[in-house]
Parts: sequence; C-alpha cells; structure tokens
Amino acid sequence: MSEVATKPLTAKDFATDQDVRWCPGCGDYSILKQVQSIMPELGRDKEDIVFISGIGCSSRFPYYMNTYGMHSIHGRATAVASGLKISRPELSVWIITGDGDALSIGGNHLIHMIRRNFDVNVLLFNNEIYGLTKGQYSPTSPEGKVTKSTPIGSLDHPFNPLKLCLGADSTFIARTMDRDPKHQREILLRGSQHVGTSMIEIYQNCNVFNDGAFEVFTDKGSKLQETLFLEQGKPLIFGAEREKAIALDGPNPRIVNLAEANEGDLMIHDETNRFQAQLLTSFFDDPKMEGHLPRPFGVFYAEDRYRYEEAMEEQIAFATDKFGKGNLDKLLSGNNVWTVS
Amino acid sequence: MTKQVEEKQEVTIVFAGDSGDGIQLTGTQFTNTNALFGNDISTFPNYPAEIRAPQGTLAGVSGFQLKFGSIEVATPGDDCDVLVAMNAAAFKVNIARLKKHGTIIINSDGFNARDLKLAGYETSPLEDKSLNDYRTIQIDVTKMTRTALEDSGLGKKEMDRSRNMFVLGFLYYMYSRKLEGTIEFIKQKFAKKPDLIDANIGVLKAGYHFGDTSEVFTSRYNVKAASLPAGSYRNIMGNQAAALGLIAASQKSGLDLFYGSYPITPASDILHELAKHKNFGVRSFQAEDEIAAMCSVIGASFGGKLGITASSGPGIALKGEAIGLGIMLELPMVIVNVQRGGPSTGLPTKTEQADLLQAYYGRNGEAPMPIVSASTPSDCFNAAYEACRIALEHMTPVFLLSDGYIANGSEPWKFPTTAELPSITPKFVPTNKGEETYLPYKRDENLVRDWAVPGMAGYEHRIGGLEKEVDTGNVSYDPDNHEKMVKIRAEKVAKIADSIPLQIVNNGAEKGDVLLLSWGSTYGVVKTAVKQCNENGLAVGHIHLTYLSPFPKNLGELLKNYTHIIVPEINNGQLVKIIRDQFLVDAKGLNKIKGIPFSTKEIIEAIEQKFEVA
Repeated sequence: MSEVATKPLTAKDFATDQDVRWCPGCGDYSILKQVQSIMPELGRDKEDIVFISGIGCSSRFPYYMNTYGMHSIHGRATAVASGLKISRPELSVWIITGDGDALSIGGNHLIHMIRRNFDVNVLLFNNEIYGLTKGQYSPTSPEGKVTKSTPIGSLDHPFNPLKLCLGADSTFIARTMDRDPKHQREILLRGSQHVGTSMIEIYQNCNVFNDGAFEVFTDKGSKLQETLFLEQGKPLIFGAEREKAIALDGPNPRIVNLAEANEGDLMIHDETNRFQAQLLTSFFDDPKMEGHLPRPFGVFYAEDRYRYEEAMEEQIAFATDKFGKGNLDKLLSGNNVWTVS
Repeated sequence: MTKQVEEKQEVTIVFAGDSGDGIQLTGTQFTNTNALFGNDISTFPNYPAEIRAPQGTLAGVSGFQLKFGSIEVATPGDDCDVLVAMNAAAFKVNIARLKKHGTIIINSDGFNARDLKLAGYETSPLEDKSLNDYRTIQIDVTKMTRTALEDSGLGKKEMDRSRNMFVLGFLYYMYSRKLEGTIEFIKQKFAKKPDLIDANIGVLKAGYHFGDTSEVFTSRYNVKAASLPAGSYRNIMGNQAAALGLIAASQKSGLDLFYGSYPITPASDILHELAKHKNFGVRSFQAEDEIAAMCSVIGASFGGKLGITASSGPGIALKGEAIGLGIMLELPMVIVNVQRGGPSTGLPTKTEQADLLQAYYGRNGEAPMPIVSASTPSDCFNAAYEACRIALEHMTPVFLLSDGYIANGSEPWKFPTTAELPSITPKFVPTNKGEETYLPYKRDENLVRDWAVPGMAGYEHRIGGLEKEVDTGNVSYDPDNHEKMVKIRAEKVAKIADSIPLQIVNNGAEKGDVLLLSWGSTYGVVKTAVKQCNENGLAVGHIHLTYLSPFPKNLGELLKNYTHIIVPEINNGQLVKIIRDQFLVDAKGLNKIKGIPFSTKEIIEAIEQKFEVA
C-alpha cells in the first residue's frame, strides 16, 4: 500500500526486535528462518500479511514476525482467521499451530475451516508432544507413548493429520520437516501460491520433551530409506541408492525393486488425483514395523475449489445488484408505516 | 343486520392452541393489523420448546397474548378479556387468565373425547359449570373451515391448516378491523402456491362473514387509534429491532458489519434478519460452534470491521474465554445475550434475566466490560446502537442484554431517520503515519487506545492474550506492570460513565417512600404498576437502568432520595446484589423465576406491602 518506491524486502525486514524464546535447539528456529526467508517472495507488502496463532510453543511465532499478528487463545487461531478472512479477503493470512492446538482443543475449527477452503496458509508444527505444558502426550503421539501424563503408556490411538484434513475435503495437503530447510522452503512457497486452505504439516523436533521423534526420517543414516519425496509426474522412488519404488498391486501399494519392476505397475505421483492422495496419506506405518512403507514428504494433493470469502463477496455483490445498495431510512421504516399527527 | 359498535379503551386477547395450529402467525397478524390501525400494542408469545410437541397435550400448547389500546399500552396485560382456545388443552392452560365475565371463543371440535383425555378432563368443561362466569362463543371451526373449502379440491389435512384464518377473520369482525393487511400477507406468503392463497383468503373471509351473519354478537367493538406522540410508526419485534440497530451503527460508523453466530433460541432471529441484508455489506457467518462465532468476531474486529455476535446463556458461557481475549486485546465488538431460563439448557423458550452476573463476572481474571440492556422490543434498536457506539469509541467488547420476552414481543415503534441518529467515530490511527513509533497500547485521556488494522502501512504490530506492557503492548510478566494494566482496564470501562447520559427518574415520584429500580424487560410492567400506585396517592418512583456497567454517575445520589428500594427482577436477585455492593444501600429484591414476566398486580402488591409495613 506504500506509494513510495522502496528497495525490495529481505528476510531481515520480517524479523522483530523481540527476543526469540524457544529452547535452544528447538526445531521452531528453522521454521521461523524459512518463513522469514520466503516472505519477500510473496510479493506482498508487510502490512498486508497477518500471522495468527493459538497457544503452545509454536504459537509464539507471530511475535517474531514484523507483520500484523495475533497470539490468540488455545485452538482458536483457525476460527479467528476465518473471521478475518471473511472481513478482509485481500490479506495474506498465515495460521501457526501445533498438534495439540490444531488437532485436540481446536480440532473442530480446523476441519470446518478446511471445508470452507478460506485462502489461508496453515503451518502445523507437529512434534507429537505437549511442550509448553512440559511433556504430556498429544493427539499425534504414538500408542503406548510414555509421558508425564501416561507413565504406563498412552492408550490413545493417534490422528493421522493429513488424512484427517483430506477427510474434511482439504484442497491442499503437504508434509515437510524442520531438518530439511531446502524442502521446507519449497513446500512453504507452494503452499503460499495455492489459493485455498493450504495445510502444511511440519515434522518438528522438540529436543526437550520428545527428542528424536522423527529422527528416523531426518537422520542422514536412515532418511533415504524411510522417506519418500513426492515429485509431480514422477514414480515414487526412494532408498539409499534410489533403488526402490512403489508399485500398485490392485488397490494396494507395495515396495518393489526399481530395476526389476514393470514400468506400467509403478505408481506415478499425481497431486490432482484425490484417490491417490488418500492412498498416500495412508503411508503412515510405524517405521519399526517389518515391511513398512516409507513416509511421504511433499505435496500430496492440490485442487482448485471456490473459497468461502470469495463466495461471500459474490453474494454481497448479487444482493446489492438485486436490491440496490442498502438504504438505511428505507430499512428503518419498513413497508407498513402509519403516521400519527 | 347492522350491529351496534361499542368502544373499548384496551383489550387483552390470548390466542391458544396446539403448537401446530398457527397460533403465533394468527397473533402476529392480529397485532400487525391493529398496529397499522394505530393502536398502541404490546405482545407476548409463549410457546413450547418442542417444534411439534405431542398434539392435544398440555405441553404442546402455544399461546400468543396481546393487549391493544387507544391509551398507552406498556405490557401485554395480566388477565385477558378474550381467550381463544382451539382445544381442551389450550383451554385448561389459559382459562385462569380470563377475567370474570370475559369472552371465550372455543373451537368445539377441539373438545372431543380424545382431546379431553389428553388435557386430563374427566368431563367436558363445556358441559359443566366451568363456563358459567364467562361469555362463551362455541364454533366448530374445523367444520366451518372445511365447508368454506368444499370446492377447493384440497385434502382435509390441508383444509384444516387454514382453521386459524377462520378465527382471525372472526376476530377482525368482532373488533371492526379490515382484512386487507392479512390478505396482502397471505398473497406474499403463498406466492408460489396460488391454491393456498385462495383457500386462506376464503377461510379468512368466511370467518369474518360468520361474525357478521351469525347471531353471536349483539354488538361489535372498536378500539380507537391511540394518541401516541406525532411521527411515523411501524410495528417491530425485539430481535428485529436489535438487528436494525446493529446495521444502523454499521452504516453510521462507516464500518461493514460482521456477524458471527451459532443458532440458539431465542437469539437466532437476529441472524435471520441480518442475513437478509447483505446489500448493506453485512457479512453474516453461521459458525461451527459458539466459540468459533466469538473468535470469528475477534478476527473481524482485528481486521477493522464492526464485529458482532449474539447468543443466549449457554452459548455465552462457551464464548467466555474468547470474550476475555477481546477484553485483553482491547478491540471493539458487541456480544448480544438474548437471555432465557437457565442454568444449563434450562427453559429455552421462556424468559429470564438471570445472566446479569454472568455478564458482569463470567470470565477468568479481572475482566470488566460495559453492559447495556434493552427495555422494550423497540428499545432493542437503541440499545444495540448504543452498544456499538461504546464499543467503537472506547475500544472494548460490550455486552448487550435482551431477553426472550422482548426479543419475541412487539410494539409500535416511532422509528428514527438516519440523520437523527448520533454519530459514531471509530478510534482509528491517522492514515498517514508520522515518524513517531506506533505504540498499540498508548491511550488517550479516556484510556482508549488507537486502532490500527492490517493494510495500514507502518503500523504493523502483534497483540495477544498474554499480559502486555503498558504502552508498547509487548509481552510482560512484570508484577507491577500487571497490576497497573488490570487497574487501567478497569478504569477505562469506568470512564465510559463520562460519555453516557445521567440517570433520570423515569416515572413517578422524584423523592419518596419507595423506589422501584429495574432493568431490562421489566420496564413496561413496572411503569404501569408505579403509575397506578401514584394514582392511588403513593409516593413511588421508578428508575429504569439502560446502563448496567458502568452505572450512570448520579445513580448513587438518586438512590438516596427514597426510603425503600425494591429491585424487581426475573431472577433470584442479581442487580440487587450489585446495587448493595456498589452503593451500600438496603435494596431488597422482588423476584419471580417462573419463565414468565411479572404481572402488574404482583408489582403493585409488593409496593403496597412496603407502605403497610411503613
């Protein structure tokens, strides 16, 4: 909105004077850095960007972004953002949330925001633990997880976040990780370009209460074996030597040796295919399990569907066209007036 | 045959029948016709929470009471002059309200063996001495309606749906009213079903002509137009008036209205009304739950819009945490509570004033906020407008308290013009930002902060629910700062007293033995009672509060002018606690907690008791 030509923005322009208060070594630092680094690429002025968070470690995030921001209440960032987006559709709105904030206390708002497909970007910092309250299990913690609140192991079956989002008819789902800045940056940019609710799950290490939860995916020694980086139009290849691929056996995926596989059987990534996306969200095996599938990272699914806030603007335009711009005096008098003299 | 026309000053009618009998529609039509004729009117719909309670049962009785007059009408009346009973259950529930020698119009078809059994009668009240004290008009409305529709080609079930029109036509004849308004209404309502237009108009006319040709009356009645203050009038219901007040505030402040809400009785009609007016830039959003509704309002207000939500007690309880956030953020927003009987789900369709303490104290921490209340159906407009003004000019969430009684009641309204409405000036920062650093929580002399919204360059800032440092708004855990901020937020709300009118003695004695101190929907009945006591020579005054927090600055002084203070409330004593707390006066509660309003008689008795004791 500023009329004066200024030099292009850099990542530094998006940092604030506030001390960052996450624990040393927290995965949040990496995400903050990547988000600040992609901000200039949005092509938006700082004043047109808003970060909204709920409660939890990750939700401190807006304080560190030199944009407009709100640190709201537990689980409700999505609901706050919904109201803001209806009111100000032109703003670039970013929601910062965690596994407890988005999937436990705020689960209802999350699925409803997704079905309405507001044009917002959701960064779901998943560390599979409650960090700010010092170490209780979360709705993404694995079964049997031993934490302060589950000394003999958690009885809860965990959510599969991206499957949940797809179940609510999400128009964009993607997964990335704190330890892979390059991939993270790529996915953040893709998400920011998607018009509609972009759900980005970020595996984030809590080195104090749940250290190493995603080590098998992030550690150099196992990463190539255990992860599957999705590329549009390409076969699903992974392995230390990129020697393995996913083939379809009827409706079921199975791991094949790339060299021996029949090319026609290989699963080719198509992010516009909803059924395939459903299959990919089911690649959610416990990595300790014999014969488990690798965990996919990247854009699972992207679809163009109408946005609630745009439809709202259209309805307002339609009503204004049909009934004329509201006339308050006519509204106050109504159609049945009598006069007392 | 020409009948004599007898003049009446005021008449109270109760329409009663099964909840599927179209009683509310009949009552509303009769109300609109008399309002347009120029009568003063007050109405009280009373219906069960179930949409279709079991037919013919006492629980399924729906009632609509109205009083219309050529003199001022401030309540829907205690006892009625006329009772229309569509069946035995409706008769049983309402007969006690009929005045001695009153008129009862009975649908005799609703008193067959099954109806009587469902209503718990051993023998028919039509055949014993129950009706001796009344003037009874028995009509087989079902038969008459079916006869009128003989050639319509409609089935019996469809025919019977028009029975209420027969009764309405009959009453229009009885009270010398024209049919045009209702005929126009029928044409619009059934625009897509022409055969139902003909059927309903046919039955309406049949009822009217039956009144004319049968020998039921020797005379008709007329209630002349009331001598209301000069001006233009319309009839309006409370929830509709609240919605118009919100739109008016949006237009006058130049801010689009965002309305986030979740359906709940008896507040939903505000959503229905607002959703119709998108051409005023109204963004109405039906959220997934009460919490989301409140949070969406916070988002909209953060975005620079006029954010509003409405609910009833249970929903307000869910919104509590988010309202606290609104207070912490110091953003403008209005929360409407159309109160109903509680606690918990309570009595959804019955009225109560039991959420005042919830509005005062129902949040964690020290979380003060202004509270405005509506006194009558049309006053919902003023109260809604004023709540928005306070919110926008003082940067704070504001509670607006209404209740089921005035939300669904209606009365003639001398509506204002746009030009007559006071201005509303939101507290925005200057568009061109100077060199000075923007401090989000720097305040003016009223302790009000400036409002900067996304899109305004140079004002980027972060706010949140954590305690803030004075001026900068940065997160602060400093003990002295917290105490200072708690005091500032309280003083900011207290200072609103400087911008609201001083309290007047609304009715009756300026000084004297007894003061009736009321708020909300008890206005009409207290006014009527005080007037009657004054006529009987008792020195009684009436103060009615619109502003419940903060109170008008002179309230304490006014209270000193009376020996006894009675606080009538439809709750177990809430305002009375606050009055005793703030002013250290020996105020006494007069309480009714039956889900229905006070009768004038009940208030008068309480006043007279004070004089007897004295």
